Amino acid sequence: MAHIDLGNDLPGIRGPMAYRPETARPLNALAEILLRDDNNTLSRGERELIGTYVSSLNDCFFCQNVHGGLAQHYLGCDMPFIDAVKRDPVSTPISDKLKTLLSIAASVQKGGKNVRPEQIEAARQQGATDREIHDTVLIAAAFCMYNRYVDGLATWAPQDRQFYVDRAPIRAAEGYADFDLYK
Amino acid sequence: MSYIPLEQHLPGITGLLEYRKDSGAPIRELTQILLRGESTLTAGERELIATVVSSRNECRFCTAAHTAAANILLENTDTVEAVKQDIDTAPVSDKLKTLLHIAALVQISGKAVTAEAITAAKQAGATDREIHDTVLIAALFCLYNRYVDGLATMTPTDPAFYEGLGQRLKQHGYNRLPQGYDHLKTKDNTLKSI
Repeated sequence: MAHIDLGNDLPGIRGPMAYRPETARPLNALAEILLRDDNNTLSRGERELIGTYVSSLNDCFFCQNVHGGLAQHYLGCDMPFIDAVKRDPVSTPISDKLKTLLSIAASVQKGGKNVRPEQIEAARQQGATDREIHDTVLIAAAFCMYNRYVDGLATWAPQDRQFYVDRAPIRAAEGYADFDLYK
Repeated sequence: MSYIPLEQHLPGITGLLEYRKDSGAPIRELTQILLRGESTLTAGERELIATVVSSRNECRFCTAAHTAAANILLENTDTVEAVKQDIDTAPVSDKLKTLLHIAALVQISGKAVTAEAITAAKQAGATDREIHDTVLIAALFCLYNRYVDGLATMTPTDPAFYEGLGQRLKQHGYNRLPQGYDHLKTKDNTLKSI
């Protein structure tokens, strides 16, 4: 049971978002710009993978499965692939550039000061742009917010992971901005 | 030196919010709603929540900025220093102490928030909405602190800079200045004249 009376039975972040729509709007607008906006040289799948990885490091079940489902949808891979990235990105066949960006994201998850100049340099050597480095840091920081919002209020999450995979295509089609929280 | 090129006259978070204005806009809007919007918590109390989280994340820029804002809004400098040192002995209400404890747990992680911490806040008179906003403010500053330090933005050392910034946060809140920030380029990195 959630720590406060949300007045609805919605899972995960949708519960507190429906409870306080005023703050839900910019929260969703930020997700849309960072994760789904096509004016970005990182693919939607790559950006969702960053969100999934950070949510996994924060041990947020709801977020890592919502965004893992979306990453799986965009990348056309399966759940074991997503789980392998969460366990050890370096051992998976993702691009070398994305590996360096996930390393930066993991440092951001621990704390901003953990990001080392060598990690930034490694990302640049793999072709990462300033904007990609910026977005990686902000996506990772944003998930440190979303994960805390979801778990800090003790929201509930469906335990069947296929639930999230099945919902991913509709979220991918509708996006994060202005979607119906009750559907 | 920041990891990516940012405007030299805009240290800390401001340079980042200007670097990518389209992601900056919802971050600013969320902050304005949470820290300055309608609430049964005062703006000063909400700045204390932001300061405690930033302090525990060891983000020097955010800690100094929100300390300055809290000092101005609370009209004293002792409260924020006491809260940063020890929530329990600080000269704030029992309700605020319980909310600051929740914020401190959120800083560690979402899962660190215990049912006991929530019960203590409710027994001290905190409403569901106050608890909700405390959790979201604390979570938002976990974003800010990581954004600012994760890209190694410049942290001014001159206390006058933060006094000016604190005044700006009191007068304008977290909205982007209508005229932008170009007028600061000639001001030698201080925001005193805003």
